[in-house]
Amino acid sequence: MVLKAFFPTCCASADSGLLVGRWVPEQSSAVVLAVVHFPFIPIQVKELLAQVQQASRVGVAVLGTWCHRRQESEESLGHFLEGLSAIFSHEPWLQLCRERGSKFWSCKATHRQVPASPGAPGQDQVMLIFYDQRKVLLSQLHPPAALPDHQAGDATASAGGLAAVFDTVARSEVLFRSDQFDEGPVRLSHWQSEGVEASILVELAKQASGPICLLLACLLSLISAASTSRVFKLWPLSFIWSKLSTCEQLRHRLGQLTLIFSTQKAENPAQLMRKANMLVSVFLDVALGLALLSWLHGKDRIGQLADALVPVADHVAEELQHLLQWLMGAPAGLKMNRALDQVLGRFFLYHIHLWISYIHLMSPFIERILWHLGLSACLGLTVALSILSDIIALLTFHIYCFYVYGARLYCMKICGLSSLWRLFRGKKWNVLRQRVDSCSYDLDQLFIGTLLFTILVFLLPTTALYYLVFTLLRLLVVTVQGLIHLLVDLVNSLPLYSLGLRLCRPYRLAAGVKFRVLEHEAGRPLRLLMQEVKVQTSRFSLTRPNAG
Amino acid sequence: MEAEQSFSDICGGRLALQRRYYSPSCREFCVSCPRLSLRSLTAVTCTVWLAAYGLFTLCENSMILSAAIFITLLGLLGYLHFVKIDQETLLIIDSLGIQMTSSYASGKESTTFIEMGKVKDLVINEAIYMQKVIYYLCILLKDPVEPHGISQVVPVFQSAKPRLDCLIEVYRSCQEILAHQKATSASPM
Repeated sequence: MVLKAFFPTCCASADSGLLVGRWVPEQSSAVVLAVVHFPFIPIQVKELLAQVQQASRVGVAVLGTWCHRRQESEESLGHFLEGLSAIFSHEPWLQLCRERGSKFWSCKATHRQVPASPGAPGQDQVMLIFYDQRKVLLSQLHPPAALPDHQAGDATASAGGLAAVFDTVARSEVLFRSDQFDEGPVRLSHWQSEGVEASILVELAKQASGPICLLLACLLSLISAASTSRVFKLWPLSFIWSKLSTCEQLRHRLGQLTLIFSTQKAENPAQLMRKANMLVSVFLDVALGLALLSWLHGKDRIGQLADALVPVADHVAEELQHLLQWLMGAPAGLKMNRALDQVLGRFFLYHIHLWISYIHLMSPFIERILWHLGLSACLGLTVALSILSDIIALLTFHIYCFYVYGARLYCMKICGLSSLWRLFRGKKWNVLRQRVDSCSYDLDQLFIGTLLFTILVFLLPTTALYYLVFTLLRLLVVTVQGLIHLLVDLVNSLPLYSLGLRLCRPYRLAAGVKFRVLEHEAGRPLRLLMQEVKVQTSRFSLTRPNAG
Repeated sequence: MEAEQSFSDICGGRLALQRRYYSPSCREFCVSCPRLSLRSLTAVTCTVWLAAYGLFTLCENSMILSAAIFITLLGLLGYLHFVKIDQETLLIIDSLGIQMTSSYASGKESTTFIEMGKVKDLVINEAIYMQKVIYYLCILLKDPVEPHGISQVVPVFQSAKPRLDCLIEVYRSCQEILAHQKATSASPM
């Protein structure tokens, strides 16, 4: 197999020294993690590598030498570097060399033992693959942390291919902790050798998040315990709670907050992403809710709203009355049965009259109620929208009632019609056998049955028309409520944190890698550059896709 | 080493195949599709604007004309960025993997990389496409559960759709590398 050497881009301009990293024999690849510079004492280097190996369980070793010829008169360095292979024995021994003023590198891999098969060459072809250590670490392309049932030691049997490379880099964080300003015995060069990257704000937030999470978790557990108490299980209350969408939304939010502030750490990046998305959506919700609150309470808008509510309800009731008058006449040129028409029409008109009296009774209290409900917007925009949806449901309760009456009448009529139609044909529904059987009826049964059948058939258009009209009205109200719920779901489930990461820090959400062939000269090793591929926005979801 | 040859695609349009041999273990094949023709662009623009002018004479609203211009511009930009593929590249690197890149007319590039451990084989398949029978090159991926099964078939050069002669050239070259890869992976050093 071709020998692949993964070389970090940050070390390409480093001084000469030793290459430190891990050799993966199954892939025949050498992952270079850092460069140790002169002067060094071999014993101290070996001690450092043993420490790193113990702390990170990655088989770090000296892989070879790195020679960066800045001036012409460094021939002696070459001989010195060759002598080092005797001190740090590694199979195979890599020798990377870069000349000043030349873009092309030279690479040699030597095997100590001559292989048994005669055809295989003593020096392999070597392929150089440059990778950016910072991006590989931050994009988290490596597989999740080893399962607890894996034994201590090199637990990389499960990771194959490029995942082994990413895993190596990710788990060697211990090696990257010392930078060039440390007064240690060994001088290393890696992506953090200019200074360990950290942010004061992030560190402070991490320290503060512990006690805050604990406090909020206690508070939330108290609230959830109170909400599941016996009082709310009594029949009228439990029925109302299950019907109101506000309670549904509040319960959902409570669940989400409990998850965010739980004291358990997230196990893998997908869970962390989910938690972060939830937190950002809660913040956005509360911010929008507060903006709505300030808009509502300014310039006495609540008063205006309350003043406009009763005339609007009156107007709706008037329109419904016009509709019923139209139905009682000759709607769309259809001829209705006068008696049934009048009965149904008068019944519904009386119902509307009752409803309007009820609204007028409530009108002095509406402003107070609206003011208090408006305060709930500080819990979030979704809660305010759910309350709006519930108010619409309550105000159009009479339309719901009309729909129920119309549907029941129509349903009864259809049942009666189907059973009498069977009688008309001489058949009967057999309940035991669940099928239609023939049956011989008496003459008086047939006579009365046919009479009733005729009556129902002639009354069908009237009932059907009332049913159609009120179903359409109910559908209208349901559509409006559905749109509001859609908006609420959108605010609840939009993954804003992931979208923000995709825009600002695309390397954190890498979906894989791609390779680019750099300038090539015959006789020199092939050089490739490994880069991260951005996640496509069209395939966005709350959990990140896997690498490879 | 670079070599360029011209072939044709299944509809008869001209394609150019560029082969680059970087090293014995790394080869690249680049198929470039026929460019956007000025004739079709002019035809579409004229149709849209004539239709808009017809609507304008009916409605006497000048917004229709500006809307037509807007739609044409946006449509062209969208077509160049999301639909029109200029070049498709197949890069095969021994013991690393196979990479497929599509570059769009607006410069956007979309890349897919498949590791060599997942690749079972590279084959030429037949397919019935509308009223034609065409050949296409595809990569077969291994099934992790079943050792002799195939989990996925990934077609290559989907937009360019070259004919069999072009595919045979690419197939022969790739099989040399895959055979070498299989030989060395069967007998680890």
